[in-house]
Amino acid sequence: MTAYIVRRLGQAVIVVLIVTVVVFGLLHALPGGLVRAQLGPKATPYAVHQFTIQEGLNKPLVVQYGIWLWHAVQGNLGFSYKLNQSVGSLLAEYVPRTLLLAGSAFLLSVAIAIPLGLWQGQRRNRPDDHALSALMLTFYSMPSFLLGVILIVVLSLWIPALPSTASAFGSGLGTDVRVLVLPVATLCLGNVSYFSRYMRASTIDNLLADHVRTARAKGVAPRRVLLRHVLRNSVSSTVTVLGLSIPYVLSGALIIEALFNFPGVGLLFWNAAQDRDYPVLLGVVLVITVATIVGNLAADIAYAALDPRIRYR
Amino acid sequence: MTVADLPAPEGTLPAAVPDGGELAVERSAFRLALDTFLENRLAVGGATVLVLIVLFSFVGPLVYHTNQVATNLINENLTPSLSHPLGTSPEGRDELGRLMLGGQSTLEVGLAVGVLGTLLGLAWGVIAGYVGGVVDTVMMRIVDALLSIPFLFFVVLLAALVRADLLVVILVLTAVSWLSTARVVRGETLSLRTRDYVVASRGFGATGWRVAGRHITPNLAGVLIVSGTLKVADAILAFASISYLGLGPPPPATNWGTMLSTGINNLFSGYWWQLWPAAVLIVVTVLAVNVLGDALSDVAERRLQKR
Repeated sequence: MTAYIVRRLGQAVIVVLIVTVVVFGLLHALPGGLVRAQLGPKATPYAVHQFTIQEGLNKPLVVQYGIWLWHAVQGNLGFSYKLNQSVGSLLAEYVPRTLLLAGSAFLLSVAIAIPLGLWQGQRRNRPDDHALSALMLTFYSMPSFLLGVILIVVLSLWIPALPSTASAFGSGLGTDVRVLVLPVATLCLGNVSYFSRYMRASTIDNLLADHVRTARAKGVAPRRVLLRHVLRNSVSSTVTVLGLSIPYVLSGALIIEALFNFPGVGLLFWNAAQDRDYPVLLGVVLVITVATIVGNLAADIAYAALDPRIRYR
Repeated sequence: MTVADLPAPEGTLPAAVPDGGELAVERSAFRLALDTFLENRLAVGGATVLVLIVLFSFVGPLVYHTNQVATNLINENLTPSLSHPLGTSPEGRDELGRLMLGGQSTLEVGLAVGVLGTLLGLAWGVIAGYVGGVVDTVMMRIVDALLSIPFLFFVVLLAALVRADLLVVILVLTAVSWLSTARVVRGETLSLRTRDYVVASRGFGATGWRVAGRHITPNLAGVLIVSGTLKVADAILAFASISYLGLGPPPPATNWGTMLSTGINNLFSGYWWQLWPAAVLIVVTVLAVNVLGDALSDVAERRLQKR
């Protein structure tokens, strides 16, 4: 098990390095360059020259990358001139909110999708399973922001129960948590439609497996067969999907934050993209990618812990 | 199907027919697949809906003429009427005609990304899986790295860097869409390369390119058709998302995502016709593609079982 973890950890570090190279390369291969983007079209040649020297942009790209990486390792991700704040402090402010939003939606959707998939798998091809599958596939086929709009129309316009924007979130003490309900619900429905499909499919596979038939033939109580033989195996294969879904969940958070004006890292990133605020773009991509890789790693280790066969592959 | 039902066999049949056994006569793989496809009601339904939507978007404008370039501020935000069955946009353009125009670019992006992403993923996966060794490791680590950037962040980053037109959007979406195919194809290639016929072919002195092109790629067809179809659905959704974020092609070009975005902005003004028709079209299209993809994957599995 230790060897497995060490090997996966090594792979993860390499993957992070490749991501930094790709993103750094993309940002610096730009037409027009970083300086103009930061200083604007009206900057004097002198200002451009000074900024270039100050930021070390006249150095070879490899050296610049080395410097950036060295600083990043030390926790210094640069400075946003647009927002006049260090990228590190921006991230410290915005990332926890997104973690709260995406994390609670993720946990909630797992808590819904696993029992739902298990139930659908048992009732497979009956009318209620078909109806639920159709509903889930419809949610799955919907742009997430449209799902959010439908929730806004129903729960904020028709029945004025919940606020349709979350821009006030985290701005002061005693924030109204009701602003979180619609964004979390939107993300959660999207995730459930994605996870429950896998859970249903793997439940069906397991219900047809030999070990389940054997357990039934031995006279094990149906409930115990379901919980010990079907649920455990289905969950352990769904765990991988959960790990792999982290980028999907974070992508969903970006668009949901834009829709509800939720001041999270997705909104920060979107605004930075429109302003061409490169230090912020780089910092955000680095942090969310590391988060994704750590999530995948955790899922792989959880999978190996749940299913001993994996460790020796 | 028994021997008795069949017309006089052409060529030679296998010499020994087991007593009382039924003989399944080989039919062409394509016919077999087509039959299984037509038996699947969901697949036929999904395909029919898609054909209708393609007709609506591409043939519709030939029948229903509208001006989608000029703005006409006298006609802005008109409610549906006989002259404008689905009302008008904030620029006074006819919404029904706009849905057709938007459908064109949406479908073009979906299809182009599906095809390009599949081809790139195929090439990458076959090379990595077939060559193996260090090449495989390097190629797959690159895939891992790109896959671990949440795709929408990657797409927003790319779209913000380059001025978006339809071609750029297609390239940007392809840049994320080929990754999953590359992974699947590599896995399949690893198992195919050890098959006897591949080993035999190499024993006869076939080059790597020939083996990859002639013996490995055709065996991937089922996987590729399914993943390519689902890729089209993902691409349409991703295109809608980046258009919603304002990173799509600028007006007067449009697509269903941009139309949704306009509709959402005017949601509180009560201009329902600017949002819901586009919403229904996009959901129905993506749903039809997903249903088709699921059905095709059943077809691929059933075909294997029938053999």
